[in-house]
Amino acid sequence: MEKVFKGRVIGGGELTGTAIVSRQGVNTLATFQSSALKNAKQVLSSDQNNPDIYKQNLTGQILCLPKTIGSTTGGLVIQAICAMGINPSAMLFSEEIDSLAASGIILARNWENSSIIAIDKLGDEFLAYVQTGDKIEISADGTVKVIR
Amino acid sequence: MKLTKEEQEILNGSQGETKAKILRTLVEFGDVFGADKLVPVTHDGHLVTSFGISLIKPLFRIMDEIIDAGIKAEKPFTVDPRPIDYDNVKCTILDKLIFSKIMYGQQKRYEEQLRKIGLKTKDSFTCTCYMDEVGNIPKYGDVLTWAESSAVVYANSVIGARCNRNSGMIDLFGAIMGKVPYFGLLTDEGRQANWIIEVKTTKKPEAQILGSAIGLKVMEDVPYVKGLDKFLGTELNDDVKSYLKDFGAATASNGAVGLYHIENLTPEAVNYGEQLINKNAKVYVIDDEELERVYKSYPVLWKNKEAKPERAFIGCPHLSYNQLVNWANNIIAGLQETGRKKVALTTILTTSPQVRQKFEQTDLYKQLVKTGAKVSSICPLMYTNNPIAGKKPILTSSNKLRTYSKARYLKDEDILNVIVGKEVK
Repeated sequence: MEKVFKGRVIGGGELTGTAIVSRQGVNTLATFQSSALKNAKQVLSSDQNNPDIYKQNLTGQILCLPKTIGSTTGGLVIQAICAMGINPSAMLFSEEIDSLAASGIILARNWENSSIIAIDKLGDEFLAYVQTGDKIEISADGTVKVIR
Repeated sequence: MKLTKEEQEILNGSQGETKAKILRTLVEFGDVFGADKLVPVTHDGHLVTSFGISLIKPLFRIMDEIIDAGIKAEKPFTVDPRPIDYDNVKCTILDKLIFSKIMYGQQKRYEEQLRKIGLKTKDSFTCTCYMDEVGNIPKYGDVLTWAESSAVVYANSVIGARCNRNSGMIDLFGAIMGKVPYFGLLTDEGRQANWIIEVKTTKKPEAQILGSAIGLKVMEDVPYVKGLDKFLGTELNDDVKSYLKDFGAATASNGAVGLYHIENLTPEAVNYGEQLINKNAKVYVIDDEELERVYKSYPVLWKNKEAKPERAFIGCPHLSYNQLVNWANNIIAGLQETGRKKVALTTILTTSPQVRQKFEQTDLYKQLVKTGAKVSSICPLMYTNNPIAGKKPILTSSNKLRTYSKARYLKDEDILNVIVGKEVK
């Protein structure tokens, strides 16, 4: 079974991978801080207030979320995990991307040569449908195929 | 985005690759949100990143790149508070080791970088840069490149300046270029309210809980608040501005509010009234019951929920001078009532370096010091970020600190009672 969604490309690319889903806004600082401080090889989410992804590995995964929330250091934190190479390989936003996440993606692209993929405006139906563990195919034009 | 000839030349490298990258970052950021141009920043900057935390290594590398390229900020800037104050916020040897060697090991290097690029003064470290004593005070209509969320919401709402909720680094890049992309809260349309908040409480609501309730409800939208002028009046005096500082910080941290309007009080609400409300604005009614519901919804994140609190932080955002004086008077009077000479737990009142220096000249400061309470210009958030400190039972009357740490929130009256050794329900 598969379902196709179309969003807006913020950071483009093609990718096939596995979804990890947060139904609530992802608090960037709380999620990535602990792993980044430890210079860890992968990010295990450290945000206790987000049970959807708490203690889950996010590195190399396709993070599906409504938007990011929290401290305005958020953009820098995304840039930092991209610099360390422990970032999710893609971030798929159901809503319009927030200014902090957008900053992070753009900072990572321009200053870290990061190829992190970001697509926004995928819609509420996308977030309601996609589940952690689903296979995801992302096309360069912002098409997202969820395969279960 | 349509660029001027000069901007296009900079983008093409006329002033070096580093400046081109800085401008490209701002342009791409604006493009995401439909900005059609860059507009001049008309007032000094304020940066959110004040801490040399090893988490954000790219920052230090980029700062070096900027300095090596001989680039200085077009607009000088203030920054958020320092993360360490060993004189007034006592730490164990282990705490110090973690702070100095692991967490904030880059602090000295980073402060030197800030100075080289455009830090206003050596004491420009506070989240309340807009206080009279600090002096980074925009005018109505000024365009800003700030990122500290509590300062952004204050400048937009209480002063009527215009600033988006920027991320760290974007704030610095705006200060360097002296330009920011024109979208969101910089535009008239972006400042229209899509929520009407009807305050129907029987008494003046606790600023921190009212702000929290609104933030949790409207998230990043703009609220137009009715009924609060009944309690605050229609004049933006020092007490009202302090109330709005704390209220706004709670809206910005519990939600992502960058601007609010208070009917008959904040400048744009006074100028334009209900014209600021969009046609299909939603309505949220806040009464005593709703405030209590929100207050009771805050989880206690202490490992041992019944633990005896060890430390109280008051002042996130930093206290205004009036607030500091009120807290000092209340602590001294409370201790007289309970017959104690010293505060019942480590109590730290946080304020800007400039307000602290002014307060230190007073007799009241001398009296406060005798109670054991401390006045510091530390950032309590940065302190509680320490994994060891984060495990301690810490109290706060700040909803922002509650949101970003494991500190437990108590109302002003309740936390005062704990500090002076009264029984607390």
